[in-house]
Amino acid sequence: MGEIEIILPQASVEAGSTDGKLLGLIIISSLITLLVAGLVGIFAIRYRKGSKASRGRLPAWFDSDLELGWTLATGGLFVAIFAWAASQDFALAVPPQRATEIHAVGKQWMWKIEHPGGQREINELHVPVGETVDLVLNSQDVIHSFYIPAFRLKQDVVPGHTTRMRIRPTRTGTYRLFCAEYCGSEHSAMIGRVVVLSKEAYADWLSIQPEGGDLSSEGRQLFVSRGCAGCHEGSSKVRAPRLEGVFGGPVPLADGRTVMADDAYIRDSILQPKKDVVAGFEPIMPSFSGALDEGELVALTAYIRSLGRRDATATGGTP
Amino acid sequence: MSDIPFRDVDLEEDEAGESTAEANYLEERFSLWSWLTTTDHKRIGILYLISTTFFFFIGGAAAVLIRLELFTPAGDLLTDDGYNKVFTLHGVVMVWFFLVPVIPSVLGNFLIPLMLGAKDLAFPKLNLASWYLNIIGGGFAVWAMLAGGVDTGWTFYTPYSTAFANSHVSLTAIGVFISGFSTIATGVNMIVTVHTMRPAGMGWFRMPLFVWAIYATSLIMLLSTPVLAIVLTLLVTERLLGLGIFNPEYGGDPILFQHLFWFYSHPAVYIMILPGMGVVTEVITCFARRRVFGYKAMVYALLAIAVIGFFVWGHHMFTSGQSMYASLTFSFLSFIVAVPSAIKVFNWTATLYRGQITFEASMLYAMGFVGLFTMGGLTGLFLASVPVDLHMHDTYFVVAHFHYIMVGGMVSAFFAGLHFWWPKITGRMYPETAARIAAMLMFFGFNLTFFPQFILGNIGMPRRYHAYPDEFQVWHVLSSAGAVILAAAYLMPLFYLGWSLIWGRKAGRNPWRAHGLEWQTTSPPPKHNFLTNPDVSGDVYAYHPRRNPRDE
Amino acid sequence: MSNTPFPGQEAAALPPRALASHFHDLSQQKAAHDLGLWIFLATEILFFGGLFAAYLVYALLHPGPFFEAAAETEIVIGTINTAILLTSGLTAALAVKAAGQNRHDAVLLLIGITILLGLAFLAAKGYEYWLDIHHHLYPTSPDFPLDAPAAKLFWSLYWVMTGLHAVHMTVGLGVWAVIWEMARRRSFSLSDNSRVRIAGLYWAFVDLMWLFLWPLLYLAGRAG
Repeated sequence: MGEIEIILPQASVEAGSTDGKLLGLIIISSLITLLVAGLVGIFAIRYRKGSKASRGRLPAWFDSDLELGWTLATGGLFVAIFAWAASQDFALAVPPQRATEIHAVGKQWMWKIEHPGGQREINELHVPVGETVDLVLNSQDVIHSFYIPAFRLKQDVVPGHTTRMRIRPTRTGTYRLFCAEYCGSEHSAMIGRVVVLSKEAYADWLSIQPEGGDLSSEGRQLFVSRGCAGCHEGSSKVRAPRLEGVFGGPVPLADGRTVMADDAYIRDSILQPKKDVVAGFEPIMPSFSGALDEGELVALTAYIRSLGRRDATATGGTP
Repeated sequence: MSDIPFRDVDLEEDEAGESTAEANYLEERFSLWSWLTTTDHKRIGILYLISTTFFFFIGGAAAVLIRLELFTPAGDLLTDDGYNKVFTLHGVVMVWFFLVPVIPSVLGNFLIPLMLGAKDLAFPKLNLASWYLNIIGGGFAVWAMLAGGVDTGWTFYTPYSTAFANSHVSLTAIGVFISGFSTIATGVNMIVTVHTMRPAGMGWFRMPLFVWAIYATSLIMLLSTPVLAIVLTLLVTERLLGLGIFNPEYGGDPILFQHLFWFYSHPAVYIMILPGMGVVTEVITCFARRRVFGYKAMVYALLAIAVIGFFVWGHHMFTSGQSMYASLTFSFLSFIVAVPSAIKVFNWTATLYRGQITFEASMLYAMGFVGLFTMGGLTGLFLASVPVDLHMHDTYFVVAHFHYIMVGGMVSAFFAGLHFWWPKITGRMYPETAARIAAMLMFFGFNLTFFPQFILGNIGMPRRYHAYPDEFQVWHVLSSAGAVILAAAYLMPLFYLGWSLIWGRKAGRNPWRAHGLEWQTTSPPPKHNFLTNPDVSGDVYAYHPRRNPRDE
Repeated sequence: MSNTPFPGQEAAALPPRALASHFHDLSQQKAAHDLGLWIFLATEILFFGGLFAAYLVYALLHPGPFFEAAAETEIVIGTINTAILLTSGLTAALAVKAAGQNRHDAVLLLIGITILLGLAFLAAKGYEYWLDIHHHLYPTSPDFPLDAPAAKLFWSLYWVMTGLHAVHMTVGLGVWAVIWEMARRRSFSLSDNSRVRIAGLYWAFVDLMWLFLWPLLYLAGRAG
């Protein structure tokens, strides 16, 4: 570790523009600080007691006009900086054409990553350079935060919520992954790596991962073993909605509303089944809250998604 | 003709320093019981000085442990749980038992009645009660520390604090809750005093800016602290009774905790800084021998910070999963709240223009405040920018930012005020050379400690880590070295101020030739503050004559 | 505290102990006491406000189960309690008026009735809590009667909101009891001293909070 770094390499699309904002802010802040410190220093010397500098009548403009002037200037400058920084957020909000979804679950004190093909990692995330990845983030216990400094991005994972973070790596290499929200005893040890590979290397890597089973086939196993199939399939005596083709489309509810069947809807239907009851059905599904861990929920959702998607893009967080 | 408050005299000639007819407030009774049952606002200020100093050194000891641990990348000084408890203790004690009370309850208590020519605050017994509430609350916190500590961080985020932490969360939360009553009591006292006990002839716009600062602070105290109280209540009831308001299993939302917590805690940082701004105005005007530039703008700036400060709390939550529109709104308002602070900085700078500046220790601290607060405030703009915050949130950049404001700003302002009013409070002068050395050492040590932390944040060092990867070490070493110097600089006043109590030169009534009604009475003041009716006709900032009709 | 006027202040004939020594006159003292209590009440509004915010958030996020849970509260007891508390608010207000007119016996009677009504409220509340527990309406109960997880949110809020309100009522009753005893011993001037008025204001606030709690906790979930 011979060299001293004060800024990390830019490894994502966002890193470039964030560093741009950072540089701009550093320049502006330095100028303002130098202005203030400089004036204070100059006045301290020039107007120290007994010095010969003139202290006569104040110039006419040295009054509330000056006050108004620098207030407006400061206000204008700060609003301009805000607008410049905010423009980056609007750019981030445009959904991409295609994004790979990778699921990550934070738990004390590790990250469990699951690729759509079922490949699993602990504390490591392999991604291909030049592609867009939507990280779908959940927490199994407390709040953690998925932080990749080289990408200049982090997103908290909150139990009870699914959050998303879009990453667009631009540079191959290995980068630090930190948990950035205090989560208990071994928070400092919840460190990992993000490995950005070329597309070929990534494909190779995917293919040599141990057979962990496809995420959705794992979900299918759970669907049967936990009793879901008992009501949602075949000739069950209990009337429950069939799930083929549900994911991604609109679902009419008993109270007259219509919702989109996205990840959050599937999750809520499993954990809080009485929340959005489907039109024409009774609210008799039991809740699986506490009976399934986050990894199992992710697998079940993948299975239900695999039963038929009407819409290729997953919905992100609601604005 | 009432007493002319001062003449341009040298210290040696000022013979009005000694109180004659009446014993001063320190001498009138000596027993411990008389101190513990006092309702004299001046004695209560001293009681608070003792308790806040005590808590400062506890919080400081925790800081020393943190910086020692972080000297090396390995977590070899403390266990991980031990470290987590130490940084929690540092935050809890420093925020609630030092920063929030120190200026309002030490200097505010002592000076507000004097500055208003009054005999005491509106509710003297409530004032004493507020001190007891503060130390009882602090007692709970110390008890929690001695019983094994609490490891949630001072922010108590759920569900870690409600369902996972195996430490004394409830005990600490109760201690903080009790201290909240102390804060509210102080706030009530200050507001009522300013509204109802100003002397005839002192309208609102003839009050010293220190009084305005305490008044604005008290408004924030009153409106924000109850929300802290309720969020801590909900935390404890969830933890102890299972009433799961934030429990995701019930459909509860941990982010609701964050909203309620930060709704208090953001205004709380303005509770901590506004009194310091008030002190700085008093000190700079006196030692530059100038009226404050833009008195009314300074008043409106204080009030604007107080009001707008209630609407920016979501800038602590840009990464929590709130909507982009919410984040942008909070971001915008956070930029706006920086404008009145900037106005104050410009006004202090302009106050120096054409002054006759001297560099007593208070002035050095006040000037340090201006520079360090500017840096801290500007780095707040970095964090108010959402994309930058997505990188810097929960890193050492944030730690550096708030320490620049709290330590570089607030603690400097407190020392400025402590030195400025030390002669009035104790009747003694402190040794000026030692004080100047301490001020400069503190400025240097402070910057060495905290500037490297901006860099640490930029390269990704997360907060609340006690072991870290090697590439961060060089900056941690610099920071820890600075901390050693800073610690020495903080110990110095303890010694020379203590020394001055016994061997310091006796101060006259007005050793700084300052304006303000507190300087019209003896040093130390008599128990009922004034021997003769104070003269309110003078201008509180009449350091130089008005030349320009619009020069306020 | 003895009355030490500033030199030069007229040593007016002040009633013993009516005027605290740091105030110039009774009107300043009265203004200070009133302002003090009003701003203290503002803090109490912010305190309960946090609870109302939590209620609002969860009622919007989980309306079905939340209001279904609300239908399980004891509306009869809750409504009787509302009537009791409103009546005690009336007697408290009348006590303040009587104090202003120095009507000693009326003040004692009215404060006494206020206290009794307050105690009746708390007794009814205690019985209601017993019923709630009997019906397992607390979130940690293994026999919690409602399935939806969000019902536990409502019932968590119910216990905290009514519990904190009961604490405030108890404090208020304590204050009334102390004032009643001091009034009985004639240790302060009813009309010159702010005590009764301050207690009345605080009691009115406790009353007002209940007027928000009652519809949110008892009437909610029962419309239609």
